[in-house]
Amino acid sequence: MTEQFTLVVVSAGTSDPSSTRLLADRAAQRVATLAAEKQYEVDVQVVELRELAGEIANALVSNHIGAKLQKAIKALQHADGIVASTPVYKAGASGLFTSFFQILDNDLLIAKPVVLAATAGTARHALVVDDQMRGLFAYLRTVVVPTSLFASTEDWQDNALNKRIDRAALELVALMAAGFEKQVRSESWGRYQHEFGSAGGTELSIDLDSDLMRLAAGGHA
Amino acid sequence: MQFGVFSVSDITRDPVSGETPSEAERIDAIVQIAEKAEEVGLDVFAIGEHHNPPFFSSAPTTLLAHIAAKTKKLIVSTATTLITTNDPVRIAEEYAMLQHLAKGRMDLMLGRGNTAPVYPWFGADIRQSLPMALENYNLLHRLWREDVVDWEGKFRTPLQGFTSTPRPLDDVPPFVWHGSIRTPEIAEQAAYYGDGFFANNIFWPKEHYMRLIKFYRQRYAHYGHGTEKQAIVGLGGQAYIAKRSQDAINEFRPYFNEAPVYGHGPKMEDFMEMTPLSVGSPQEVIDKTLTFREHFGDYQRQMFLMDHAGLPLKTVLNQLDLLGEEVVPVLRKEIESRQDPETAKPPTHALRVKEKYGDQPARQPRPNANRGDNVTGGSPYQDSE
Repeated sequence: MTEQFTLVVVSAGTSDPSSTRLLADRAAQRVATLAAEKQYEVDVQVVELRELAGEIANALVSNHIGAKLQKAIKALQHADGIVASTPVYKAGASGLFTSFFQILDNDLLIAKPVVLAATAGTARHALVVDDQMRGLFAYLRTVVVPTSLFASTEDWQDNALNKRIDRAALELVALMAAGFEKQVRSESWGRYQHEFGSAGGTELSIDLDSDLMRLAAGGHA
Repeated sequence: MQFGVFSVSDITRDPVSGETPSEAERIDAIVQIAEKAEEVGLDVFAIGEHHNPPFFSSAPTTLLAHIAAKTKKLIVSTATTLITTNDPVRIAEEYAMLQHLAKGRMDLMLGRGNTAPVYPWFGADIRQSLPMALENYNLLHRLWREDVVDWEGKFRTPLQGFTSTPRPLDDVPPFVWHGSIRTPEIAEQAAYYGDGFFANNIFWPKEHYMRLIKFYRQRYAHYGHGTEKQAIVGLGGQAYIAKRSQDAINEFRPYFNEAPVYGHGPKMEDFMEMTPLSVGSPQEVIDKTLTFREHFGDYQRQMFLMDHAGLPLKTVLNQLDLLGEEVVPVLRKEIESRQDPETAKPPTHALRVKEKYGDQPARQPRPNANRGDNVTGGSPYQDSE
């Protein structure tokens, strides 16, 4: 029986198609191919952040999660792996990209394997992924694969990019196949910080045996 | 079921006229709004508490005592009283005093306050907000029920032989609602004491509030105060009404677009679809409000936010006419016919006196002559040792 993985591609590219999306698609494609060689089936879903730009801005200023944004959150919540790809603007990831991930509940992506990717007009931005984006995904408690993807204009004609895509893709497949996320979530979920209603509205357990709960019921903290 | 209006006390520029009311004008206006609420047959008026501009309501009991004096039937309440930065001893005293002056026509809703800089102005720390709220209420609850309190906790000076005066009217403490959006501990405390639970129901999709209300109802039953259906629930809501639906939408849109908190954000139509906001004809507001009980179960109090975002006084008074004359009477009738017979009656002082004393006279505490302290001896009141 083949196991099925859901891979969610998040792209903050702005043109259609964008090189940012192209890079993400190539990574997703390789993930699917390499997974198939190991008898895994991969279902790829794509979240185009440009289509959510208005709702992302609304959510940032008013906590109001629109319908399309809710759908994207749900997709990520069920993802076994993620490819997150952004253009580099002014020596940093696109504000659209970081805004989207800043809106998510802190515990939505815990232990999920992620390939990070960025595109830029110049190779001088090459360290944006490792120096800036990894921090955000570390905060979200994801597992970012060792190989980061970065493509500036000249990389698109260099076969070395394909090699790096292959490396990152296999790293992601290995992490998904190892069941790391499932194990962490099933055995250790309670050790992470949660809020009532977090994890995209699914975290509803209430610990009645806490100091605060005893205080709520007339006791002493 | 009780219907009322609650105000945040914001002083907001009217985006249509460009005018910002003065504090004096807005405070005059709020009194007129409360009087109007009674005139059009609403049951409750509630005011928020804030300690920073652009809000005026830093001293809610002063305002509410004034309103109570100018009205006959209206219940005055808060939305919310800060149980964190206020000393629970002062809350006990001020609201008991209000209860006497209002002849029992009052209750209060407790909230924590989410503006971090306010806390240090009152010697508090927002990081301790939740344990502080829980501990403060544990103390407040005792201050209204025990004539003499010895107490020690983490967040205020210990009390030795302290009596909060005046004792509650008829020795029946004011009814308390606990307001919360997503904090199970607050719902647990409301359930533990058999108090009311209020979900502001304004900013977020209903699912957020449904989870917590369900938990509160379960715990209310767990603590033996009644069945889940008998738990005391209040809900907020927000409406703008005009005879013709399109007029309501056109008139309210500029205020929505620049409203504090959600303004400059989502489109009004999207917000209406995803939150309890209704903008439309009386019938549309009625239909939407009637869906609330389907999601949250039968409840005791429905509050509407009507005077925010810079809406001018004239418009607000007109809104209250429409709410009181065309919306609420229909809602009363419809809800009465649909409501589960097990549903608890809304809390009033008269009802609570009856629950405590039946047909017996209520206790009227008379203090002993001053002996300088009440640390020694039993009770400072004549009717107890």
